[in-house]
This record gives sequence, structure tokens and C-alpha cells, in this order.
Amino acid sequence: MVRKISILIVDDEESVRDSLYNWFIEDGYRVESAENAKTALNMLEAGSFDIVLADIKMPGMDGLEMLRRIKMHKSDTIVIVMTAFATVDTAVKALKDGAYDYITKPFDPDDLTHLIRNATKQIALEEENETLRSQVASLENVEDLIGTSEAMQGILHEIESVAPTQSSVIITGESGTGKELVARAIHANSPRKFFPFVSVHCGALTESLLESELFGHEKGAFTGAMYNRKGRFEMADNGSIFLDEIATISTKMQVELLRVLETKTFIRVGGNKEISSDFRVICATNKDLKSLVETGTFREDLYYRLNVVNIHLPPLRERKSDIPLLAGYFIRKYCTQMNKPLVAIDPAALKKLQEFDFPGNIRELENMIERAIVVGDGKKITVKDFPGHKNQPDLPETESLEDAEKNFIRQILLKYEWNISRSAKALKVDRVTLYNKIRKYGLTPEDQR
Amino acid sequence: MTDTQGITLVSFGFFGKEILEKTAEAVGQEFNLPVMMREGHLDLSEYFDPVRRQYNGNLLLRKVDSLSLSDTGKILGLFSVDLFIPILTYIFGQAFLNGRTGIASLYRLRNEKYGMTSDDELTLARFKKESIHELGHTFGLIHCSRPECVMRSSTYVEDIDLKEGHFCMACRQLLSPAGQ
Repeated sequence: MVRKISILIVDDEESVRDSLYNWFIEDGYRVESAENAKTALNMLEAGSFDIVLADIKMPGMDGLEMLRRIKMHKSDTIVIVMTAFATVDTAVKALKDGAYDYITKPFDPDDLTHLIRNATKQIALEEENETLRSQVASLENVEDLIGTSEAMQGILHEIESVAPTQSSVIITGESGTGKELVARAIHANSPRKFFPFVSVHCGALTESLLESELFGHEKGAFTGAMYNRKGRFEMADNGSIFLDEIATISTKMQVELLRVLETKTFIRVGGNKEISSDFRVICATNKDLKSLVETGTFREDLYYRLNVVNIHLPPLRERKSDIPLLAGYFIRKYCTQMNKPLVAIDPAALKKLQEFDFPGNIRELENMIERAIVVGDGKKITVKDFPGHKNQPDLPETESLEDAEKNFIRQILLKYEWNISRSAKALKVDRVTLYNKIRKYGLTPEDQR
Repeated sequence: MTDTQGITLVSFGFFGKEILEKTAEAVGQEFNLPVMMREGHLDLSEYFDPVRRQYNGNLLLRKVDSLSLSDTGKILGLFSVDLFIPILTYIFGQAFLNGRTGIASLYRLRNEKYGMTSDDELTLARFKKESIHELGHTFGLIHCSRPECVMRSSTYVEDIDLKEGHFCMACRQLLSPAGQ
């Protein structure tokens, strides 16, 4: 059963409280009201509300102070501030202090409806994410693995299954899909979690450097080797070693690696003492290792030793439903890092993000959000904050201009749940024009269900 | 069956006979209850807000509710003036959820208000839907997400045009203990 969203109305005017109460009750929300900030804070202390709709100007504690106090103790609560005298300064101040949005009295009924509907959608999205997370509650350090998509949830379950074992794992997926994050999550949820997770980017190192990196070296092993150095296998003793871009290692290194995996012993470069290390190996590649085996580029015996468990990460374009959550995550991450107030993301910008193909996957999305926060106006990320990002959408099969128009209008109506005003705004036409088009094309809500 | 005995439509101000009769007929069919019509008399100037140049819907709803215009059953006050509630720029109508009384106004349902050609048939259709919608609230129905359902929230007249003048199956089922 879907739970009722709860709204707390805070306004010193009784008529405003009554009006909003009646309006929201008809929408099926659980509604309570308070005549001042102090009462409201007491009510929030005693119970929880999803949304607080608060007037800014109230006798005693004003709405902005109340907002700050709510955000200190109940940061998840969505606070929308109302003001009869909208000033940019007040609005910016409220948004900086964590308000979800602000609205000027008296409201257009449509604006109020959509504001609350958007807020409830956000609550639902966060709850869905929370629920899915709780299903994999035993998993630790997976905060960075964001997504409610089926694919992402499947991956979390795979991590949960494989983490407690000693099996080698190969993580495959395009660049930027988060392979190292998965490797870290496997380690963090394994019995080895109190020991090191050692990461080696094989593709970034020449053969000799990689050899030294993995096995370590003795003093004087080569020019500049002034001291003994522990290799990564040694450092990963009792922990996990993550070998990224495993497909790039040379044939000679493949032989060395196979031997180490079989015996769990090795000798430092320039040394003669055999060293043992108990490590678990987790590899990653963006290549198709199987076909590299078939072409003879990658050793078959090494492939089978490494490929006990394979976790494949889908590209971001195949789990676009996760983009809003990911975008929200990166906004929080970078606003916090840059010590900026949380910025909102314009629905059009979010839509644009969902249209991109993201060849660079999550890394590219992360970079775009980081850049948008840097260059943006500090309030809202808009499409213009993503300059130069070109994406060629697939052209639909040939159809007449009228069919294209009809289909496009149908999609927009569906998207805005047949709200004419919002649909017209999205189509950049007036409502009368849209109404005429609906009649012309005989569109009805029924044939879209 | 609750104590609902019927529905009384009370017109305040001037309405054409046809629009009232046809609205009453539609309401009766939709709720499957007897509908009575009567005239009400109020000094609307008491509810006029000179700053907003509109009539206070909250006060009117309370007033109609207090008039005891029907011994039993639901009451819908029909107006032809521009209604507002303090927090919203306008309303088409409102009602006490699960209460006895609702109000609806014809004022913003007319095409002419939006710079379009007058269309009496369309206005009547909108008024029927709005009347059924507000009465639906008095029977405890909240807004419905189905686009075709008369209980779908409408903030523009075009929204009203897109829905039908009937309850969807789900709303009808919720309504049934009250009179279906």
C-alpha cells in the first residue's frame, strides 16, 4: 500500500492554513498545520513530515530561521517557503539554506500542484532507492554505486554473493562505468575488509615498471633503486589486489602473473628471496578478454584462472533511469566539496542528460555535473551549463511531418500526464494551439494507456 | 448506504434554466441519487475582496454549509462569480472532503474569459464535470490520477475538457457504499 505523503503548513494566517489544508486534503495528502514556527518545530520533533510549506514572514521566529533549524535536525524534510513579497535576495537565501523551492502568494493553482507533485516524486525516488539499498543492507561501502535500475540492483546482488568468497573476479564494462568502485565494494564486504585494498593500473605502466610495481624490488635492482621496495602483491597480503586494465599486460607479465596466482609466492626484482602473500585478485577490463584469448593475445590459462566470477557493468546509456539519482549524487558531492549551497537541476537539463549517450559513461556524467556546478549560476543547473556536448540522436524512420508532429505532441502529453498547460509550455505554444492540435489529431488520454 | 438521501443544487445569482436542469440531470445520473434544485439568496458583496476583485470561496463555502438548505444529503452551491481562496489566484470550486457541502462557479468555465468564441455546450459540459467533481469530494473522493476520471484535478479549463464527466472504475468503487 502506498503511504500518504504528509505536509505541514506553517503560516500565521488562519485563512491561508485553511485554504492550503483543504486543497491538499483533496489531493489525498495527510495534512497538518501550525500557526507559528515554534509549534511547527515541536510538531516536527514529535513526528515526521515529508514536506513543510512555510511562510517566511511570521511573528516570532521567521520562516528562514525555522528552515535552518529543520535542516540541522531533519535534513531529509523538504521545505518549501512561501512569501507574499518575493525578493530575489530572500529566495536565494532560502534556497542557500536548503529550501527545496519557494513560491509567491497567491499561487497559481497549477504551480502549486506541480511544485508539490515534483516534491513528492523526489520523495518517492529517494524512498525507492532507500528500499533497494536496504535489500542489500549487509553491503558496506556501496554508497558510490548509485542506481535503482534493474541492472544496478543485479550488480549489487552479485557483489553481495561474491564478496564473502575467495574467488577471483573479473569486472568488465566500458570505461567510466565504475569498475573500481565495484572492486572496492567486493573487498569492503569480504572477510578481507580489515586488510589493504591495493589498486594497480596496469595500462599506465610499462612492462618493467609494472613488474617492479607488482613484485617490488631490492636495493640496487636498477638505476635509481636506492632502497628495497615492497611490491603491490606484498602490500595486499591478507587483502585484495585490483588489477585494472588487465588486458594490456604483456605476454611475459601474463606468465609471471599466472605463476604468482598459482603459488601466491614471488621474488622481488633484483632479489632472490621468495615472498609469500595471501591476496585475492580482482581484475577489470573494458576489452572482450574471451576474444583476446581466441586471437592469442591473452593466455587462456590465465583467463580461466581470473575469470571465476564475471561481473559485467552496463554502459550508462543502458540504464538511463539511474541518471537522475547519479546527477543528484554528484551535485551533492561537488557542492559539498566546493563548499557551495546545493544547487537544483532544471528538468530540461535533466532531460538533456537523459538524452545523451555518454560514451564516457558515469565518469563523463560526473565531469559534466562538476563543470556545471563550477560554471553555473549557483542556483540551478540548466542546459546552457553543458556547452559543447554534442549528441546525435538516432533519426526516426521516415514519416510525414504531420505524423512526426502528432507523435511528438503525444509524447509530450504523456510525459506531462495530459496537463495542457505544462505540455504547451514544453512545446512552446499556447494552450489554445495545443488544444486545437489535440482535436486535429484526435489524441485522447485513452489511446496512450 | 449512508444517511445520504439526495443532492441539492442551490443556485446563487442568475443561471439559465437549461444549464441548471442539465447539470442536475448529469449529477443525478452520475451519483444515482435524487437531485433537488432550489434558489439561494446571499448578499455576495460581503464576500467580495476589493483588492483581488474576486469572491472569497472559503467564506462562501462555510456560509452555504451553515444555511441548512437541506435536511439531509449533499449540497452544492452554484455561483457565477469569480472565486478565490486566500492562497490561490482562483478556484473553479471547492468542497468539504467527506462533508456535506461544496461550491462551484461557472465564471471561469466560459470560453470568452480566455479570448475564445463563446461555446454554450462546452461551458455546460465543464459545469457538469465541475459540479460532479466537487460533489465527489463531499462523498470522500480525493483527486484521481487517471486522465479520464472526473475526479482528476483540473487547474485549467482545458484540463476539464480532457477528462470525462464520469467516475473511473476505481473512484466509482470507492463511491459505491455511499450511494451507488
